[in-house]
Amino acid sequence: MKPTSLRRFKGFALLSTLSVGALTFAATAQADTTVHAVMHSALRALDPVSSSATIARNHGYMIYDTLIGIDAEFNPQPQMAEWEVSDDGLTYTFTLRDGLTWHDGTPVTPADCIASLERWAAYDAGGKLIMDNTASLTALDDKRFALTLATPLGDLIGLLSKPSAIPAFMMPEDVASTAPGQPLPNQIGSGPFTFAADEFQPGVRVIYERFDAYEPRSEPPSGTAGSKEVYVDRVVWVHMPDVQTTVNAINSGDIDFIERTPFDLLPLLEGNPDITTDVLDPLGMLTVARMNFLHPPFDDARIRRAALLAMNQQDVLSALVGDPRYYQTCASIFGCNTALATESGGESLTSGGNLDEARALLEEAGYDQTPIVLLQPSDVATLAPQPVVAAQALRRAGFNVELRQMDWQTLVSQRANRNTPSEGGWNMMFTNFGVDSIWSPTINLLLISTGEEGGWFGWPTDPEMEQLRTDYAFAESEEQRKAMAEAIQEHAMEQTTFIPLGQFQNVTAWRNELSDVVEGPVPVFWGMQKNN
Amino acid sequence: MFSYFIRRLLMAIPVMLVVALAIFLLLRLSPGDPAVIIAGDMASPEQVASIRAALGLDQPIYTQFFIWIGNMLQGDFGTSLISQTSAMTMITQRLEPTISLAIAAIVFTVLISVPLGVIAAWRQGSWIDNLVMSVSVVGFSVPVFVIGYLVIQVFAIELGWLPVQGYRSLEDGFGEFARRLVLPALTLSSVYIALIARMTRASMLEVLKEDYIRTARAKGLGQRLILFRHALRNAAVPILTVIGTGFALMVSGVVVTESVFNIPGLGRLIIDAVLARDYPVIQAIILLTAGLYVVINLLIDLSYAVTDPRIRY
Repeated sequence: MKPTSLRRFKGFALLSTLSVGALTFAATAQADTTVHAVMHSALRALDPVSSSATIARNHGYMIYDTLIGIDAEFNPQPQMAEWEVSDDGLTYTFTLRDGLTWHDGTPVTPADCIASLERWAAYDAGGKLIMDNTASLTALDDKRFALTLATPLGDLIGLLSKPSAIPAFMMPEDVASTAPGQPLPNQIGSGPFTFAADEFQPGVRVIYERFDAYEPRSEPPSGTAGSKEVYVDRVVWVHMPDVQTTVNAINSGDIDFIERTPFDLLPLLEGNPDITTDVLDPLGMLTVARMNFLHPPFDDARIRRAALLAMNQQDVLSALVGDPRYYQTCASIFGCNTALATESGGESLTSGGNLDEARALLEEAGYDQTPIVLLQPSDVATLAPQPVVAAQALRRAGFNVELRQMDWQTLVSQRANRNTPSEGGWNMMFTNFGVDSIWSPTINLLLISTGEEGGWFGWPTDPEMEQLRTDYAFAESEEQRKAMAEAIQEHAMEQTTFIPLGQFQNVTAWRNELSDVVEGPVPVFWGMQKNN
Repeated sequence: MFSYFIRRLLMAIPVMLVVALAIFLLLRLSPGDPAVIIAGDMASPEQVASIRAALGLDQPIYTQFFIWIGNMLQGDFGTSLISQTSAMTMITQRLEPTISLAIAAIVFTVLISVPLGVIAAWRQGSWIDNLVMSVSVVGFSVPVFVIGYLVIQVFAIELGWLPVQGYRSLEDGFGEFARRLVLPALTLSSVYIALIARMTRASMLEVLKEDYIRTARAKGLGQRLILFRHALRNAAVPILTVIGTGFALMVSGVVVTESVFNIPGLGRLIIDAVLARDYPVIQAIILLTAGLYVVINLLIDLSYAVTDPRIRY
């Protein structure tokens, strides 16, 4: 029974004086609905702004809200605030909507939002871009605040609405004032769920309860935009380290929802009529190889390009996913099926590679058989196959490859090592990015080309790329932005800023007691209903 | 016995100090930097350095060690670097599932393995002896996770008698608590049933050849009385030793069973802590486990005097 029909039913029952029994039934029908979900990772760090972990981002969307959401078609939409832009494109006036309160009952104010934006900018490259170009950020009254830029920034709303790495979550002013490196003093947000702090067990389970005072928007839910009305009482994220146990648990009804189902265990769920399997985020993830620009041989663009020419996406995706329903070859640095997608310059990746040209480039560059060190995380199923397949492809092209196996957290430490490979550094690593976190030049971390100052691991130095990114951010029309994005794609392929190895979708599974599961780049639990 | 007890407790202090020093040094010398893990994807070397300083990881190792020991002496075992939760709180949250599982497994083990070992010794060379020994070999040989998946398939999925996973606290009611412990306890005890059944059999075989057993038989005592009062009691010392160390091993080595049955215990906590380089949590768990070993060994030694009146301290 949907809430609207439930409310009608309650009214009818009252009017017809049959209310007592009917109300009791209605109340129990909706009482104590708890969704048990197994997410892709355990939640340990609770600050979604200082942590770039996807699970921390997902936690952020449960308890915090954003000024602007993004719908399933990647269009920014008002969420906590509506906005107006001055004719000169310099002043953005945000007006908070009515009814916004923090979980402790105090109202959301412009001062809270200003402090939150400043904290966000201290951690996020997009936020920094905005703040570096901000002339003033001031409260106008108890509902409105104005952000005035030094020069027009056409992508400002896109940056404020981005759903990944790192979304601009709003926090109370005292929480947002927490010094960098310090833990947040509490988990008070203004989002649709509250955080059950007493029941939190890091790495085991986290419990969210419906925030009854939340005033949802009237539009239907879409992505991180629209109504965030919650129809269940509690959501419990349980961490299960064993994937077989997770599958057994959903089959037996112990849990209701698996965010990412292992591809090799999908047949065990697809044969169960009580379970739905579907892709909630059609854009999925782009798997990529990243080279270290600091050390030979990948400090030479020709050798980086030779590595790209050696790769065959079909081989990588077959090993990684296996089931062709859930992957596609894609040479776009922004991911395919996105507004800015173009595969220009990456044709060899999707057509089986070009070993002859790779060998010729290696010879031209005078590659001296210096071993290249590839990092392989052996304990992450979605990252373990890529280095093995890539190593074989690189060897065929003539590279001397050393595959270094380790657990993921060791890799996380080692990839930050800027020394030479013989001193603990590396030459090539692999990772997966949600397409929602790379689909434009301003949010795509892999394109930052400022070298060791602010660049992502691999640390490319490429002033031309930086200029192209800046031009994109300050472009005034969609046509201009699209043209700039195409130029960036071609330049990235020529310089081999990174190598796209293909796109794949994660499969979500849920028991049929759940309905109205919301599609989008972030797994969300508003809009969802559960029939006990 | 009291002075012996005190003496043993005092002897534990240097043991714990050596363990503390060893684990501290091992962690600091192993690869991986918690500051880098905490800092995230976009951190600059300066930000990583400031996190390292905030955590005290930029201090010389000996300074870090003495700060840690000093805090511990005041009851402060540190705070998780990752979740910012007290290490002792995290351990307390995970202790109940692990201890419950270990106790249930040791109860299963004793109830099944000791009678099997006694019977096998009593009927040495018979089909029942051969059967017990063959089952022991299987118990030793099959990995715990395989046994776990097998019992889940049979008792939880096919027959539907028991839940497939999860843990319920005793506070939520004994029935559900016990139902969820049966399969993991059975799984965990499989190796120990095999080990202790063989140990009991060997020990009993030695004792059954003794003169006083022949005398007891000559006096016309019943078989049950001879086996369980005269023989088993005299064979108990090595069996108790294995049961005691088995319990300590279960507490510190249940990680596979906890993963397969999704039990949020100490085993999983230490694996998570090691993978995240969460030094305070790892150190606290290792020290706790070492302390547990010391206490259990002491209890085993004291129990000898209870089972064998000839032993006095």
